[in-house]
Amino acid sequence: MALLQISEPGESTAPHQHRLAAGIDLGTTNSLVASVRSGVTDTLPDKDARHLLPSVVRYRADAAPVVGYQALAAATEDPLNTIASVKRLMGRGVEDVKTLAEHLPYEFVPGSSGMPLLHTAGGDVSPVEVSAEILRTLKTRAEESLGGELAGVVVTVPAYFDDAQRQATKDAARLAGLKVLRLLNEPTAAAVAYGLDQGGDGITAIYDLGGGTFDVSILRLNKGVFEVMSTAGDTALGGDDLDRLVADWIMQQAGMQAGASHVDMRRLMLAARTAKEALSEQTSATVVLELDGTANWTGELTRDRLDELIAPLVEKTLGPCRRALRDAGIRAGDVQSVVMVGGSTRVPLVRERVAGFFKTELMVDIDPDRVVAVGAAIQADILAGNKPDSEMLLLDVIPLSLGIETMGGLSEKIIQRNSTIPTARAQEFTTFKDGQTAMSLHVVQGERELVDDCRSLARFELRGIPPMVAGAARIKVTFQVDADGLLSVIAEEQTQGVTSSIDVKPSYGLSDNEIETMLRDSMDSAAGDRDQRRLREEQVEADRVLEALHSALASDADELLGDAERASIDAAAQALAAVRRGDDYREIKRAIAAVEQASSGYVERRMNSSIRSAMAGHKVDEFKAP
Amino acid sequence: MAADHSTTHFQRFDLPQSFDVDAALLDERYRDSQRAVHPDRFVNASDQERRLSMQQATLLNEGYRILKDPLRRGRYLLELQGYRFDDEHHTTSDTVFLMEQMELREALGEVREAGDAFAALGEIMERIDGDLDQLLGELRQQLGSGAAADLQQAADCLTRMQFFRKLQDEAMELEVELEDELA
Repeated sequence: MALLQISEPGESTAPHQHRLAAGIDLGTTNSLVASVRSGVTDTLPDKDARHLLPSVVRYRADAAPVVGYQALAAATEDPLNTIASVKRLMGRGVEDVKTLAEHLPYEFVPGSSGMPLLHTAGGDVSPVEVSAEILRTLKTRAEESLGGELAGVVVTVPAYFDDAQRQATKDAARLAGLKVLRLLNEPTAAAVAYGLDQGGDGITAIYDLGGGTFDVSILRLNKGVFEVMSTAGDTALGGDDLDRLVADWIMQQAGMQAGASHVDMRRLMLAARTAKEALSEQTSATVVLELDGTANWTGELTRDRLDELIAPLVEKTLGPCRRALRDAGIRAGDVQSVVMVGGSTRVPLVRERVAGFFKTELMVDIDPDRVVAVGAAIQADILAGNKPDSEMLLLDVIPLSLGIETMGGLSEKIIQRNSTIPTARAQEFTTFKDGQTAMSLHVVQGERELVDDCRSLARFELRGIPPMVAGAARIKVTFQVDADGLLSVIAEEQTQGVTSSIDVKPSYGLSDNEIETMLRDSMDSAAGDRDQRRLREEQVEADRVLEALHSALASDADELLGDAERASIDAAAQALAAVRRGDDYREIKRAIAAVEQASSGYVERRMNSSIRSAMAGHKVDEFKAP
Repeated sequence: MAADHSTTHFQRFDLPQSFDVDAALLDERYRDSQRAVHPDRFVNASDQERRLSMQQATLLNEGYRILKDPLRRGRYLLELQGYRFDDEHHTTSDTVFLMEQMELREALGEVREAGDAFAALGEIMERIDGDLDQLLGELRQQLGSGAAADLQQAADCLTRMQFFRKLQDEAMELEVELEDELA
């Protein structure tokens, strides 16, 4: 028998209260935060009505870091402590950074976990911490303009980001105190922003030339479902490279020598970008370069010359376009529309070449700098539960194959690129020595045959394998990629059913312990904080469990639950509600586990019944007995 | 909590166990069922539900991947009937077939030297497509009812198709490379 629920006066009876959610585009050059308010999605401005936040952080010796325009303004005078384009360093190792470092003025010092640290006046900082500063600024902006604490955010990443880069982004959000509802691929976000799910079905290409990365994705749309068919790109190619080509030309014309001061280099890059932007509107632009102390230089750059300079780079973006088409198994002519993303897609030559390649019209109505954040905000609003009736669903893919190292330094592919996520693959391994109790696995990402040519993601140590003769143990290792595109690994010895423990050593990332330490360090007050935070986390989880359970019971307990099962679920839920009010996080944790235990059969039956009714193409209500 | 692995992928999409699959119906059931279980629908649910949702969505993706591709579907049907593929050792001894494979591979290697590389490549790709189509017809006859009369014969057919599929991949990769060079 179901009891009627009577609410106290003034208490909301609505099952879903509006949760504040935001979408964040954490860009190489600029970052943005957007939100859906009263049905309208827009990016949120700062106090001075500026929407873009330059992705620049300046560290100082005895003061908090500054972020955004203020930091950007100081970039010329204080280049070593002013970190820009940190996105290029996310999830990268010391070796990778060496090749990038030619273009970057910063001082790198090796960190403890294979991750390079940037040496600044404010101390040595990791790229993850720098990104967290940017995210914290956006969080504050969103919470001030929305008037409350954010329940969750969707953070966008280039579709072509590998596992280490995604993990680093998620870690940065965690450090900034944000709950990440989903990591969303930037091109997919752009498609959402254009409301393509509202229009007709068909195939769309998203051409995303960001500041530091290039991505192309092929999407198929069908009745509100966005299915990513393929994605390709280049994480080391972006709009900044266009600026650099223009800068090289200016250097040559102005007779500047290589090895100019940091200050001059900053001015040069600024002049180059200004000229490039002007040439999107005009056919000729005057370049004025003020050099440190010495002479000034003034020159003229025409659009024709610009086109000549950047043509090879624009052509280079078409290679990934061809690969994406091939992987999707379609031809350029099958693509019905192309969404343009990123500030550099304003460059006329880019538009001309892309339209020519796909032989179709380009979608450029939404500001290409803001389109990703807008799409992320729409998805965040849905994921937060504010639009329970939305039919929209995004089915994304893993951009690069995952493999494990085998004999001879070869990579054996376990999960192929462009597999729809979440996805999992199990592989069996055995021991090669009598009594062997441990084993190590090296997971890599990339398409090349040799492990050395792929990116190293992590080394896993399997321990606790029961001692047996060589070849007798059967260790099943399951590689699971979740909906954020992040990998986790589970290992189980099959013959004795022992779950082996796994130590993960990310090749270029932070371990959970390091994040824990940073989180602790970032909190001002002393001991007790950690327990306080744990308690808050468990309370939030308890509320989530109880809310989900109550709404489930209200909808289908009569059909799916027997009296005895119902009674044990109710008892567990009551116990949880009671300890939820206490202050022992361990007790709450145990009570949550008890509720999950009691309701496991019910939850599984619900999920199966929801699949059945979804496939039958009807709502559950239509099945209810008269 | 384990998701149900004893369910076949055909049952998962409520489709008859057969080599011929109604592609439009499969697409529709895949999308509808993902809409019900995808992790995006369970962002605010308990850890338990989120785990289950990820497992279910993973199984749907895997099932869809297998059923929509005739080669994977054929292989899966044989496995359902108890046939064990030994990928390390499963080769073919059909010399006529092997000669043709070598010939095609050689032709692919020489495409760059041809006067019109794209035309030469196009010709090879057409041949591969034709051969694959023919083998697909054979496979359909053997597996049509969902139960192969001769498992070994059907497996041999699949092995040959795998050879052609690999060649097809190489040909397409070459096409992209040629286009990149031309640009």
